[in-house]
Amino acid sequence: MAPALPRLLSAGAWPRPLRLHVLQAATPGPARPSGRTLGSAAAAAVSDPQAGSDLQDRVLSEPLKHADFFNVKELFSVRSLFDARVHLGHKAGCRHRFMEPYIFGSRLDQDIIDLEQTAVHLQLALNFTAHVAYRKGIVLFVSRHRQFSHLIENTARDCGEYAHTRYFKGGLLTNAPLLLGPGVRLPDLVIFLHTLNNVFEPHVAVRDAAKMNIPTVGIVDTNCNPCLVTYPVPGNDDSPPAVQLFCRLFRTVISRAKEKRRQVEALYRLQGQEGAEGRGPADPALPGTQASLDAGPSL
Amino acid sequence: MAASCVSCGAVVSQRLLLRPRVSLAPRQVLWRAAELQSVPGPQILRLKHVTVVTTKKNVKALRRETYTVDFIKKQIEEFNIGKRHLANMMGEDPETFTQEDIDRAIAYLFPSGLFEKRARPVMKHPEQIFPKQKATQWGEDGRPFHYLFYTGKQSYYSLMHDTYGKILDIEKHKNQLQAKGLFSEKDKTTDLIGSRWLIKEELEEMLVEKLSDQDYAQFVRLMERLLQGGAAGEFVQSFRRSVTVQSEKQPIEPVQHDAQGMAFSTSEGRRKSAKAEAVVYEHGNGRIKINGIDYLLYFPVLQDREQLMFPFHFLDRLGKHDVTCTVSGGGRSAQAGAIRLAMARALCSFVTEEEVEWMRQAGLLTSDPRVRERKKPGQEGARRKFTWKKR
Repeated sequence: MAPALPRLLSAGAWPRPLRLHVLQAATPGPARPSGRTLGSAAAAAVSDPQAGSDLQDRVLSEPLKHADFFNVKELFSVRSLFDARVHLGHKAGCRHRFMEPYIFGSRLDQDIIDLEQTAVHLQLALNFTAHVAYRKGIVLFVSRHRQFSHLIENTARDCGEYAHTRYFKGGLLTNAPLLLGPGVRLPDLVIFLHTLNNVFEPHVAVRDAAKMNIPTVGIVDTNCNPCLVTYPVPGNDDSPPAVQLFCRLFRTVISRAKEKRRQVEALYRLQGQEGAEGRGPADPALPGTQASLDAGPSL
Repeated sequence: MAASCVSCGAVVSQRLLLRPRVSLAPRQVLWRAAELQSVPGPQILRLKHVTVVTTKKNVKALRRETYTVDFIKKQIEEFNIGKRHLANMMGEDPETFTQEDIDRAIAYLFPSGLFEKRARPVMKHPEQIFPKQKATQWGEDGRPFHYLFYTGKQSYYSLMHDTYGKILDIEKHKNQLQAKGLFSEKDKTTDLIGSRWLIKEELEEMLVEKLSDQDYAQFVRLMERLLQGGAAGEFVQSFRRSVTVQSEKQPIEPVQHDAQGMAFSTSEGRRKSAKAEAVVYEHGNGRIKINGIDYLLYFPVLQDREQLMFPFHFLDRLGKHDVTCTVSGGGRSAQAGAIRLAMARALCSFVTEEEVEWMRQAGLLTSDPRVRERKKPGQEGARRKFTWKKR
């Protein structure tokens, strides 16, 4: 991790503790309407009684106290990334200038992506996705690669989120009330499996999500521009094993986060009832007991 | 001259600038009687002028009418109550009052001479009148129900997704069979004959979404690809509509027998303002009599006689039928065309169905709809304009 950290700093990433503060401040709770949800009254106030809001606060604040609450590190390793051919980039002529920090080297004119950095970025991205899913955010999978369109739509449907692998209409995010109906709720996270569109230009949604203050996770290949992506993950986006690995990772992480949310809510509700009956509240779940709580999906 | 015009223009524009909100509608002046003063004593009535500035109404931007679910329900209730009232009015049983009865009753009670059928009074179920609309697409928490909601065309894209999934399944199945060596080239079932793909409007109605021409073309291409892979199942059949064969609608005249026992058949034909009635005998020499006159003398022009010859020549029955016909109205060409149509229709009764279909495709059984176009005012003829003079 030590050699990675100065590289992160040189790449312009924020130092770790600041990011957590930013995370706590930036991620909106579901009860408070954010600036993005344009005039949606439906998403707003459910008037909770005092105990309810305490429960809500505890449920939402609990994951933020741990560095890796959802234990995303165990889902992949550098070896598994290598086996899925994530390190293979494009030829040196296609290289984008801003991807140079993430490239390990070049072999026979083909760029090789540094998997150590990829692992770090992927862990951050998966962790963020898990937190967004835990807080019941809307996740939108975007890609314009026809070969994997079916796979990505299936992935989105399986984890109960949304996908857009078709022609992206102009004002979909920036003019959503007109195109999708008044009072629509915009996605809280956009995941790009392919940052480029069919003519090898940056996808319009990258810029639009940045305009609408929607955080993005994007898999950036050596010919992509990682600038506007909030959590770029340098990696191969053209090989089927690589894309299948990423789809599997995102699906697992989102399902795990939702399952964890259900469990934590149930646990706190039980404890709340027990407290009301006169017994003291039990300690909230620690990360050590995660393995017991994780009844759920395996790798 | 130009300078003065410019200055004029400047002055005018200044004036316009000074009064930016000049309304074009006339000002209305309202006279209001003065209020009685509260102080007692001799009261002076003062007339108050109150001007009401009337401006043009703001025309709101056209938005698509959205009908709520409650509104539609109320309309359905009103329709049902109205149906019962109508049945009582007509003296019929309200329970067994069908839509045809409603149409007849409305046509009786509100007779309309309007030519446009769609402009006449109509009473139909609200589902057929109000266009189908989508209900709200998301729940209370704002999360949309459909996983492809953010594409904008969720039904269409989910249909494409499912179709592609079926194609992949068929290919996988075929690969498995080939791996086991059990795959055999089955002959494609010909249950596609007599049916056509949905047209774009029908598909739009089915999906309750607007489609572009490219979307529709892509859909048809995907369906064709699905058909190539395997036999058409119910899924594909739901997107096909049957095409009625045209020739089944052709009415064929019954064969009659006259006093001598000769078989013949009669029919009519019209062309422009000529009306003809032809009697074609089954066995004969090829003689044709028109209004009692031989065809050679009645039609001196070769072109008209060729028209008479056409139906028989087409069926290779040139010298085998005798024809007697009467014709009136029109000119020589119109009469020839009318007789030709009448003879062709009469021949249908002596000929196989296949040959009837051939005649229909050749255009022998279609009445020519062309009539003389009226002359319009301001023009010399129907289309000819008066000579244009530059000055």
